[in-house]
Amino acid sequence: MALDSSLAVLVAPFVDMVSSPIFFAEVVVGGLMTGVMYAMVALGFVLIFKASGVFNFAQGVMVLFAALTLVGLMEHGLSVWLALVITTVVMIVLAFAIERVVLRPLVNQPPFTLLMATIGLTFFLEGLGELVWGSNVKKLNLGIPEAPVNVGGMLLNQFDLLAAVTAATLVAVLAFLSQKTSIGRALRAVADDHQAATAVGIPLQTIWVTVWSVAGIVALVGGIMWGAKSGVQFSLSLIALKALPVLILGGLTSIPGAIVGGLIIGVGEKIAEVYWGPLVGGAIENWFAYMLAMVFLLFRPQGLFGEEIIERV
Amino acid sequence: MLQAQHIALAFGAVQALSDVSVDIHTGEILAIIGPNGAGKTSLLNVINGVYYPQRGHIVFQGVERSKRLRPYQVARQGIARTFQNVALFKGMSTLDNLMTGRVLHMHTGLLSQALYWGRARRDEEQHRAYVETIIDFLEIEAIRKTPVGRLPYGLQKRVELGRALAAEPVLLLLDEPMAGMNVEEKADMCRYIFDIRDEFGITCVLIEHDMGVVMDISDRLVVLDYGRKIADGPPDVVRTDQAVINAYLGVAYADA
Repeated sequence: MALDSSLAVLVAPFVDMVSSPIFFAEVVVGGLMTGVMYAMVALGFVLIFKASGVFNFAQGVMVLFAALTLVGLMEHGLSVWLALVITTVVMIVLAFAIERVVLRPLVNQPPFTLLMATIGLTFFLEGLGELVWGSNVKKLNLGIPEAPVNVGGMLLNQFDLLAAVTAATLVAVLAFLSQKTSIGRALRAVADDHQAATAVGIPLQTIWVTVWSVAGIVALVGGIMWGAKSGVQFSLSLIALKALPVLILGGLTSIPGAIVGGLIIGVGEKIAEVYWGPLVGGAIENWFAYMLAMVFLLFRPQGLFGEEIIERV
Repeated sequence: MLQAQHIALAFGAVQALSDVSVDIHTGEILAIIGPNGAGKTSLLNVINGVYYPQRGHIVFQGVERSKRLRPYQVARQGIARTFQNVALFKGMSTLDNLMTGRVLHMHTGLLSQALYWGRARRDEEQHRAYVETIIDFLEIEAIRKTPVGRLPYGLQKRVELGRALAAEPVLLLLDEPMAGMNVEEKADMCRYIFDIRDEFGITCVLIEHDMGVVMDISDRLVVLDYGRKIADGPPDVVRTDQAVINAYLGVAYADA
């Protein structure tokens, strides 16, 4: 009996994987696609954390707000492109407003105060979104064909492929900016110490507005992906919760980390669901990410790529 | 070089500075001393643009400064500083910390850097070269790549000084540059401050509690007590000033 169940857990799933490699590949690719979408949300967190040392609780709602604005504009008869441009402008205006109203008065305050401020921002944005665009579930249709294409025997969704390419481009640009130019250095400087950063001549306000704008645009990309997949609805803001384990895996300060973390969790939970799910009655997908995050917290709390925390006592 | 005229600064009911006027001359080493809470750091913060005084104004290089100048704008005018509690970017290496000091000399601008890769890279190399001269000067070659969070306190202070120097300031404000250092480190720091003035031609203003050091290195002393200036003059004169002895020095230094 004990042998049977350990066989079922430890051996049988791997036999299944090997015996139908194409199906396994499809599972992995499906996981990667979901992972990209997690990564898009996590990326927003990383950007803001890197630049202001603030854990932006409102990132999930920013995803929702961007998607709502886009869909709302399209419902008013605007074309996709025009709606995209206007939504981008809205997100940038939002960044300016957040800097002016929330961040500027809180310069030099402890990170915890700023975290609380972003929690307030969450409620504000949620209310604003509902007030302006209503609370119905909306369908986001960008006119991208959903028909699957055949790649090496695997059936892949065209939309997923496009999403992956978009995400990869975005990440490449951001990683380049933050690591190869002095913008990245200025960002890290601001995150480390506001006062010292201004004393060496880094304009805090400009940096913050830039970063929140970029985070807003990343939120828009994430919002489009999730909205197209599961409809634009208020539960969208909850995917921020899935971004947390991604951040723990990847490290709060690493852009590549957010991506790799997202992919690991996307693939991991898909594989766990498909091959081990039946053994425990399914729904592994819902908690796998958190369990993985817990293991990481035990053994590598700074994440895969995070900066090692150096604390003097 | 810089005149702070009739500065008054209050936080609520606490009068941090009242009617303080300080004249900083080009090429001098000026020490600001006084008991804890006398307003020394507040004065530095006013000069540096962190606080806006309620009354009084600041004339820098002959031009009266606009009242609401932000710290980064002050930095751009050529005033650099270090902090009482080391304010370095702890996750970054020594080199990167010094490179942030170059930010205000990077003319390519933050955004165009990404676009003009060739020019931005040339720029970066020039700045790197300047930073290397600072590294040589402060003798911190060995810790170039070390994250500063790992360095002992004395070295962190030296890196912070390096970051301020990297900005090529005309005026350097040092808030307790020798706090928490041992005798040897203090001696090194004194040597650096002299060289900064003599070789780099940078005017230095420092706050320091070690009276031995202060009397040795400064050309002039300004003494604050309860937000007021109680003395201003060369060390030998201030040392024997009765008000200063009562407020701060005690009898020992007067006799010395």
